Amino acid sequence: MNAEASADWRDEIFEVLQTHDIKQVYHVPDAGHSRLIEHCQRSNSIRTVPLTTEEEGIGLAAGAWLGGQRSALLMQSSGVGNTINLMGLTKTLRFPFLTLITMRGEWGEFNSWQYPMGQGTPKVLEAMGVLVYSVDKASEVKATVDAAARAAFNGGQSVAVLLRQKLIGIKDFGKKTSK
Amino acid sequence: MSKATLQRRPLVKKILEGADDNLLVIAGLGSSNWDITEAGDRPLNMPLWGAMGAPVSMGLGLALAQPDKRVLVITGDADLMMSLGSLATVATQQPENLAIVVLDNEKFGETGNQASHTSPRNNGPTNSGAGADLAVIAKGCGIADVGTVRDASEVAELVKAARTTKGPVFRLVKVMVEKLEFVMPPQDGAHLKDRFRQALLGHP
Repeated sequence: MNAEASADWRDEIFEVLQTHDIKQVYHVPDAGHSRLIEHCQRSNSIRTVPLTTEEEGIGLAAGAWLGGQRSALLMQSSGVGNTINLMGLTKTLRFPFLTLITMRGEWGEFNSWQYPMGQGTPKVLEAMGVLVYSVDKASEVKATVDAAARAAFNGGQSVAVLLRQKLIGIKDFGKKTSK
Repeated sequence: MSKATLQRRPLVKKILEGADDNLLVIAGLGSSNWDITEAGDRPLNMPLWGAMGAPVSMGLGLALAQPDKRVLVITGDADLMMSLGSLATVATQQPENLAIVVLDNEKFGETGNQASHTSPRNNGPTNSGAGADLAVIAKGCGIADVGTVRDASEVAELVKAARTTKGPVFRLVKVMVEKLEFVMPPQDGAHLKDRFRQALLGHP
C-alpha cells in the first residue's frame, strides 16, 4: 500500500503501456517524459524510436498498426501542431492511436514562446477529432492513461492524454540573467 | 546531366513482379499510388491518397512490427522532400527489411509539372529547382546502402535492392516526365487498412 501510494506517476505510465502490450514508443527529447523514455529504452518488449519531428510518430503508428503492433507517441504541447495535418490519417484509416502530451505554456510557465501552442493544444486536437483526456493530479495519472489506452485499443479511437503543467511542475532554469 | 530515360510504370511493374505474401508495399500519394496499382492491386499494397510525407515513417513502423517480411516504400521526390528527417529516423533503427525507392522526375507531377527541388537550378528564374540530390541526403542521414539509378542496365540491381538486399536500402531512380493514365485502387482508407491486416494477420 505504501509502495503504491508513493509510486511515481511516470513509472506508472510505463506499467500501463506494458499492460496494454504497447510495442513501439516514439518520442522527441522531452524533460517531462525523460524518465518514461528511459524506462522504454531499457525495456526488452518495447522498441523506442527517437523522431526528428512529431509528425513522424503518426506515420510510424499507422505502419505499426498495419503490421499488428500497438504504439504510443510521447510529445510536448509545443510539438502538437506539427502532427495536426497527419492526425487526419487516424480518421481516414480508422486506426487506434494513443499520444501522451506533456503540457507547457499554462501553469506558471516562464517562457512566453510556449503559450500559443500550449493554449491551442486541446483545441486543435479536438478539431481533428482526437479524444482529449486531461490529468493534473499524480494520483489520477495511472487510471487516466489506462482509460485512454482502452479507448484507443479497445474502442478504436484516437486519444490524447494531456499531462498538465501543474502535474509536471513549473520548468525552472534557475537564476536567470536578463540582458 | 543527361535526360532521364526510364519509364516509371514498367519499372515499378518489374520491381513488383512475382510479389508474394512476403512483400509489403507502401506507395506515396499520386503517381506512385497509380504506378503500384497498375502493376496489380493487391491487399498487401497500401496505396496512399493523402498523408504526404508519411510513407517513409509508415514503412519504418511496419518494418519494425514485421521483421520477417520485406517492406518496400515507393514514393516520389517531392513526397520525400517533405520528410527528409524520416531518413535519419530510419537510420537510427537500421531495419534490415526496409527498402525505399524514390521515383524522381524532378517535377511536381500531380499539379502541372512545376520544377521540384530536385530539378536543376538553371531552368530559369520562374521554374527552377535546387538541384537537390536525395541520394546524397539519404547517405548523409546515415543510410549506408544508397544508389542512384539512371539507366536500363541498372534495373536488375534495382529490383534486387528493392526486394532482397539487406536493408535499410535507398535507391533514387531518375524517371521521365510522362503523362500517364490514373490507375486507381480503392480509396477508402479504412478498407485499405483492413484488407492489408486481414491478408497479413488473418484479422482486420
